[in-house]
Amino acid sequence: MDYQQTVFAYRRSPDHDARVPVRHPVVVVGAGPVGLSLAIDLALQQVPVLLLDNDDRLSTGSRAICFAKRTLEIFDRLGLGQRLVDKGVSWSTGRVFLREQPIYSFDLQPETAHERPAFINIQQYYVEGYLVERALELPLIDLRWKHEVSGVQPATDGVTLQVRTPDGVHSVTAEHVVACDGARSSVRALIGQEAKGRTFRDRFLIADVRFKDAVDFPAERWFWFDPPFHPGQSVLLHKQPDAVWRIDFQLGWDADPEAEKRPERILPRVRALLAHSAMKDAQFELEWASVYSFSCERMASFRHGRVLFAGDAAHRVSPFGARGANSGVQDAENLAWKLAAVLQGRAGDALLASYGAEREVAADENIGHSTRATDFITPKSDISRLFRDATLQLARDHAFARALVNSGRLSTASTLHDSPLNTPDVDRFDGAMVPGAPAADAPLRRDGRDGWLLRQLQPAQFTGLVFDGTHAAAAVHALREAAQGLAPLQVLLVAARADAALPGARTLVDHHGLLARRYDGTPSTAYLLRPDQHVCARWRRVSPDAAHQALRRALALP
Amino acid sequence: MPLNTAPHFEAADAFYEALIDAHRDLSVAQSHELNAKLVLLLANHIGERAALHEALAAARASVLRDTEPKEPR
Repeated sequence: MDYQQTVFAYRRSPDHDARVPVRHPVVVVGAGPVGLSLAIDLALQQVPVLLLDNDDRLSTGSRAICFAKRTLEIFDRLGLGQRLVDKGVSWSTGRVFLREQPIYSFDLQPETAHERPAFINIQQYYVEGYLVERALELPLIDLRWKHEVSGVQPATDGVTLQVRTPDGVHSVTAEHVVACDGARSSVRALIGQEAKGRTFRDRFLIADVRFKDAVDFPAERWFWFDPPFHPGQSVLLHKQPDAVWRIDFQLGWDADPEAEKRPERILPRVRALLAHSAMKDAQFELEWASVYSFSCERMASFRHGRVLFAGDAAHRVSPFGARGANSGVQDAENLAWKLAAVLQGRAGDALLASYGAEREVAADENIGHSTRATDFITPKSDISRLFRDATLQLARDHAFARALVNSGRLSTASTLHDSPLNTPDVDRFDGAMVPGAPAADAPLRRDGRDGWLLRQLQPAQFTGLVFDGTHAAAAVHALREAAQGLAPLQVLLVAARADAALPGARTLVDHHGLLARRYDGTPSTAYLLRPDQHVCARWRRVSPDAAHQALRRALALP
Repeated sequence: MPLNTAPHFEAADAFYEALIDAHRDLSVAQSHELNAKLVLLLANHIGERAALHEALAAARASVLRDTEPKEPR
């Protein structure tokens, strides 16, 4: 299927002819990767979603191509992860070159025994296409193409939207609206808000180059500073599916975007890149090209009453580090369970407020990393360039300088350290699974078959993770009691042997001991995980009261 | 640990001579490059965040106090 040629059918909706505007629990604006992920997640949690897109096509060109491990774990939960991993190009190694010389390489997944790779590269139109196909399997999602939001009136009891279609304008109302309509969000403009930040005075050409024959080249991210084939500038190379390679050429601020997009300008650059390699005679064609400049900016607040913002509509970063689409999908995951809890009467306004609190901090982290990388890749003063070049040259001989070389700090999921939903540790723990951390994956066996921890976590449920021990039964009981009347919760018992069993818990066999190691899971230790797979509390010995307090806190209940 | 600005050189005059000598026969541009690399090498050796930030602040304050204001670059 050629997702770049697909045109989706416009259908006149019943809402258009309704005498009174039809009310929807959630309207999501924008069927890109973020809006689609959010809609699917909500539907899996039994929330009906109206998903509007102003167009009838998927993305043109590869655009966001690097999808990070955490995002893949989210896509697994949404039911399309394997399809994406099968199609995509997995990678974890990056190499950095100064002129012709390699100076540095890094491995984004040094720890083995995780189901998903550090990254896959796959064109954005595949991600969107697969998301649309998944959404079409879920009857709770009503996806309407060529429905453009042209007016927004927020009120205390709901939001009214004017929707423009080929048949004219009609209104709908919503309990909540989530704007996932991208960097030039019209919903944001319609409520009089802005994103503020910094634009970088530089331009990059991105080109999708399709080779006629298979290219024998490793699936690694290659970054050049000042290569001989593009002196004084940077170049980035990524392998994609379908024998397509993505090449980014830094052009400088004075480049003319229209001129640089022409094939006669691009093809010589690609030939120059290939000229000193084994592929110097390879045949290729240019599939797509675009010239972009970039900004790091965000809205001051991602929540405005019943109107919430996710993805590029809320925050924008420069692409070095792949923090755009990845953080947007992570926004959607953060929001979906909270909206579901509020709409289903399990939580109140404070839980929605925590979306802003948590994701604004994550956006700042992403903006910080992207800004630093951009300053290194495109130094904006003579002295900045002096230090940048000094760092690159020292990196050839000195390990410390390699750690400073910044060709992009690749996206990792944010640990929500200071979230109001966390219960701070009262016991001593080692390792990374602090309150606010996304749960680490680990291999296990269940019912006699190999599996992975993250696959055991159900959408829409809290999870209690209890490590077998003298007090494990009490921990299971405490967690189950605590959840009564508050939230759906499942309990998983992590044990050394399959015959360890407790009522009310499903047994997972930690056959390599990696669950215990990654979670500092000494006997009877208990973890509470949120529906978005983030740790919110953990104890060496949990009491019913402590579990209850932690769950209330995770729901932002008083 | 705060930045140490009390005398701490093993051999102050010998260091000073070595510093000037390290720039021998370099062009101005090369000297700037050397200074930048020296800053990075020594900063890594110190490592500790508070001391480094204090040093940066002290150096910047000294520049702003003791030189004519210039256009920012």
